[in-house]
Amino acid sequence: MADKTFQLKFDRNLCESCATYDCLTRCQYMEIDVETAGKEIRKLINGEDSSVLHNCVTCYACEEYCKKGNHPFYLITDLQEKKGILPAPKPIVKQWVNLAIPTKKDIPHFYGAQEPVISLCLFPEYVKTIQGKLFEGVSIVLGRHFFCQLVYLHFGKPSLIRERLPKIIENIANHGFKEVIFFHDECYSTFTSYANAYGIDVPFRPVHFFEYLYNRLKELKGEIRPLNLKIAYQRNCSTRLTPEKEHYLDKIFDLIGVERVERKYDRENALCCGGIIRSLQKYDLFVDVQRRNVEDMVKAKAEYCVFNCPACYSSLAERVTKAGIKPIMLHELCKLALAGRENYEG
Amino acid sequence: MKDEIYKALVEIVGEEFVSNRKEELYIYSRDSGLSDPSFPDFVVMPKTVEEVQKIVQLANREKIPLVPAGASLTLSGLTIPQRGGIVLDMRRMDRILELNRRGRYIVIEAGVTQGKLQSFLEENCPDLCHSLPEAPPSATVVGNLLIHGQGNLTQPYGFNSSMVTGLEVVLPTGQICRIGSCSLSPYWFSIEPLPYLAGLFLGWFGTTGIVTKLGLKLFPKKKLRDVELFVLEDPNLLVEAIYRITHTEMAEDVTTIAQPYPLMFRGTIMIGIYITGDTEEELEFKRKIIWESLGEIIKAKEGGFMALMPEMKKGLLEKPMSSLTRTADILKGGGFVYCGAIIPIEKFPDALRKLVEIAERNGITYAHSGRVIGRGHCMMFAFAFPFNRGDPESMKKAKKALHESYAATLEIGGVPWKPGAEEQKMILEKMDRGTVELIGKIKALLDPNGIMNPGNWEVRL
Amino acid sequence: MNLELHRCFRCGWCKYPSGFEDYNCPSYARFRFESHSPGGRLWLIKAWLDKEIEWSDHLSEILFSCVACKNCVENCKMDFRDEILDWIISAKSKAIENGLAPPKVRDFLENILKYGNPWGLPRNKEASWIKELERYKDQEFLLYLGCECRYEERGARMAKNVVEVLKKAGISFGVLDDETCDGNEALMLGERGLFEELASKNLQKFRELGVKRIVTISPHAYNAMKKYAEGKFEVLHFTQLFSELLRKRKLSLSELEFKVTYHDPCFLGRHNGIYEDPRKILKSVPGLKLVEMKRNRENAFCCGGGSGNFVFDFLSGPSSPARLRIKEALGTGAEILVVVCPICKAMLEDVIKEEGRIEVKDIAEIVLISAK
Repeated sequence: MADKTFQLKFDRNLCESCATYDCLTRCQYMEIDVETAGKEIRKLINGEDSSVLHNCVTCYACEEYCKKGNHPFYLITDLQEKKGILPAPKPIVKQWVNLAIPTKKDIPHFYGAQEPVISLCLFPEYVKTIQGKLFEGVSIVLGRHFFCQLVYLHFGKPSLIRERLPKIIENIANHGFKEVIFFHDECYSTFTSYANAYGIDVPFRPVHFFEYLYNRLKELKGEIRPLNLKIAYQRNCSTRLTPEKEHYLDKIFDLIGVERVERKYDRENALCCGGIIRSLQKYDLFVDVQRRNVEDMVKAKAEYCVFNCPACYSSLAERVTKAGIKPIMLHELCKLALAGRENYEG
Repeated sequence: MKDEIYKALVEIVGEEFVSNRKEELYIYSRDSGLSDPSFPDFVVMPKTVEEVQKIVQLANREKIPLVPAGASLTLSGLTIPQRGGIVLDMRRMDRILELNRRGRYIVIEAGVTQGKLQSFLEENCPDLCHSLPEAPPSATVVGNLLIHGQGNLTQPYGFNSSMVTGLEVVLPTGQICRIGSCSLSPYWFSIEPLPYLAGLFLGWFGTTGIVTKLGLKLFPKKKLRDVELFVLEDPNLLVEAIYRITHTEMAEDVTTIAQPYPLMFRGTIMIGIYITGDTEEELEFKRKIIWESLGEIIKAKEGGFMALMPEMKKGLLEKPMSSLTRTADILKGGGFVYCGAIIPIEKFPDALRKLVEIAERNGITYAHSGRVIGRGHCMMFAFAFPFNRGDPESMKKAKKALHESYAATLEIGGVPWKPGAEEQKMILEKMDRGTVELIGKIKALLDPNGIMNPGNWEVRL
Repeated sequence: MNLELHRCFRCGWCKYPSGFEDYNCPSYARFRFESHSPGGRLWLIKAWLDKEIEWSDHLSEILFSCVACKNCVENCKMDFRDEILDWIISAKSKAIENGLAPPKVRDFLENILKYGNPWGLPRNKEASWIKELERYKDQEFLLYLGCECRYEERGARMAKNVVEVLKKAGISFGVLDDETCDGNEALMLGERGLFEELASKNLQKFRELGVKRIVTISPHAYNAMKKYAEGKFEVLHFTQLFSELLRKRKLSLSELEFKVTYHDPCFLGRHNGIYEDPRKILKSVPGLKLVEMKRNRENAFCCGGGSGNFVFDFLSGPSSPARLRIKEALGTGAEILVVVCPICKAMLEDVIKEEGRIEVKDIAEIVLISAK
């Protein structure tokens, strides 16, 4: 489905003049040397078929690796769709496409929702966790009418994002919000990185969950009981689209007294949680990626594995637990640091 | 007259366990399906086989219909007394009599429930389990077996009814009879190699006698259990996929799911593949073989394994799955009915097409769940229709759709499982005359007074 | 209230605890007719309201044999599970309103109204030692005794044990001169008017006396007061207080080599989610070995005394819930069955003579013996 309204802001000259092709040479899932990278990049920028289009596991990392901000991953996904290359089997894609169609039960307008407002998009099961001092006074909006659609980057259907996004933005904007906090990193990245890359106008300021948590924790500084824990942090895929907000995360860890252990598979070297790799039916790679990631956490003596993404959590929690590490969502970790008398040892 | 029968029943089981009060009669006159209610004259709850025998003798003398009942959860009205009489609620006979671990069998009374047996085995021999159907824990084991039910061990081992190792039956004329090795040995280990008398009681809906005890096969239970959902769009490919999966002999339960809601499921069909193992290695070995068996379909991008969210996986691994019971509340009306069609697996596409047609024609929603039987020897294909018990229109439509499903089953060459009285007539009509006569002859032989659950498998000779 | 009785599928999950060990609905376990199960009861209520069947004594028995234990609410798999007990209470309410309640129920409620207790006993029948207790006048706690503890022998003994423990721990408390019934059974029987009247009388009394913290002996009183006093006053069950006292080392306990098992009362357990405080107390007693019954915590099998049945006794007989529970306790090999509810105590103690070698003791007695 060709999308004429929004075009990727891509400059082929930047790729042609690149010497390192970091996007491809640093890829953790495809073995590509500089020479091969040069050839494949030229195929891509000319809109030709390339092994990259078939073997990409959609981990989003190349968006971060490209120091020129030339959106290699968005280019790949657009080309996959253009050429009808499906990363995942058709029935799986269909499930995901159907998943986000709003139903009668989904509410398009939340009367009474006031800022500060958090969007929980497709995670109703987390609504009950958005409570306590950390979230005092916060309103929640959620549902398919607010879903950012970014997940279709994994399934070769990026046009669906651009097709549905204007209405989503309208649904949010209709509330009159000046700022919206996004629980899921993907939503934040959609309304910043992706919208930017395609020239989609966003009339509100997206606030990252990290930013909200950090500011709120600062306000409650006196009530924080430093946790004195070693934690491994699991970076999710979309975080690579907006690495500029990651400094909030390290500040949060400082405030709550946890040490983000130095390990191989963190920061730019982070490994995919494996969830999407499994959906792409690459079972052996999935097992390998999860094993290496968790072994790395164990080696670094992490006591907890902290997640910012619910999907990463679902995908990795079991393996992490089996390895003797406790999985926990970031905001739950923050609540733990704030736990007062309600949480006495028994 | 009724007074005398009441007194006689009180003599047999005690006053506390007989009722002719309208409250009991009301409850036992109906089940949770869409059959018309029909009142019994008495409800009685015997505790011993001797009590059952005396009741049967009384019923023969007075020519009163007898309807043995477990938890009455067939939804087909099989325990609704069509011609009045006495309903025997068998659930006071709930003792677990003998567990033979090495022999992998257990001997239970007719009223033992799925839940009680499941709990008992978990406590006393966690390396053995029985084939558990998706019925609520309140359903009886014997009831399920007698209607040829299926469970989570049906794909490797066949219908639950094939797992019987012995029976104690009270014949319609009052004799107590043992079937299988237990008729000449202290061990209830097998029906074979004697003449297969169990066949006189399995699938007959209580018309040939009352089962009071049952020997049941138990099977190895592994420590770990996991599930995969394989998603497809093409029903014909599903047939192929099942053939390959069953060939591996690596799966425990193999199920099918197709429903228009939630939206995520619309337009696709899923195969549930359960694997068990005592170690992670065993589990992964089985998983890999199954993945590989479907390699061609995956490579062609025509099918794939779904990533399961923890909540969904938990629901699928629940034994039994409460999500199936919750089908009843889809329309917030506490009801669903289904035609369980036993069909050759290659008929799946036809059955699915018919299901969608029937639902559309009647303007109602549907759900399909299915279970592979044996190594792909056939499958149970459920045409399920939720209804709202508070909305007569909804009930009418569901009933019509149900009837059409039974007709469709016969049309495509399938056989309805646990058909109600109406549907039994449809089957008998289509059936070979010789077979029908045989059914009639056996019934007449065993139940000369025609007292056993009249209205079922009725044949005019 | 909107009764969605038609949504009950009669599937029967409600009859069981989460482990399916045995039937966990007290009236179904006792009578075994499907009509006495939660689903059967709901269908019959609907049939009555739809005028399909007429009211009768038997229907009355069926309705009032529900002891409000909440096992059905806990185990029903449908979205409306939280309303099941409310529907049954609504039906009881309607029966009472229309003068259809069994005489025992009618008398029970009238006695509470007239005499402040369900037996219709005069004040002078109260346990005599209550006179010696300090009256409430600005002490830290108001100790609410309740009618089981004032008039019934087992309850009175239990109250005495609690009082002794509080004294040993140096807790400042006082009792009311004239207690108004807590109202829990009125609530469970659907007599909303009576419940509200009792509630307001109690609240007025507490306000007048400047009460701040209330501790109850009976979980029934705890349940009722949580509903109307919470927020205005602090409401505790004595096991919560004991647990706190032990944590703060206000009591020193010496060795007691007993093997005990613990019976979760419905009005602390399923109704209010309190499972661990009593266990913490038991675990603090050195040498005491706690073995759990299979059906424990939210799966506990009710003693059968709730919703007034400790007086009506509609569930008595050879398979009364109390008997079945004692049998289960015997199965653990424990010497003592520990209770924290005066009603449980009476119901269970009543049957041990016929059922076997086990003693029923309230937790305060255990603490008292150990605190010597």
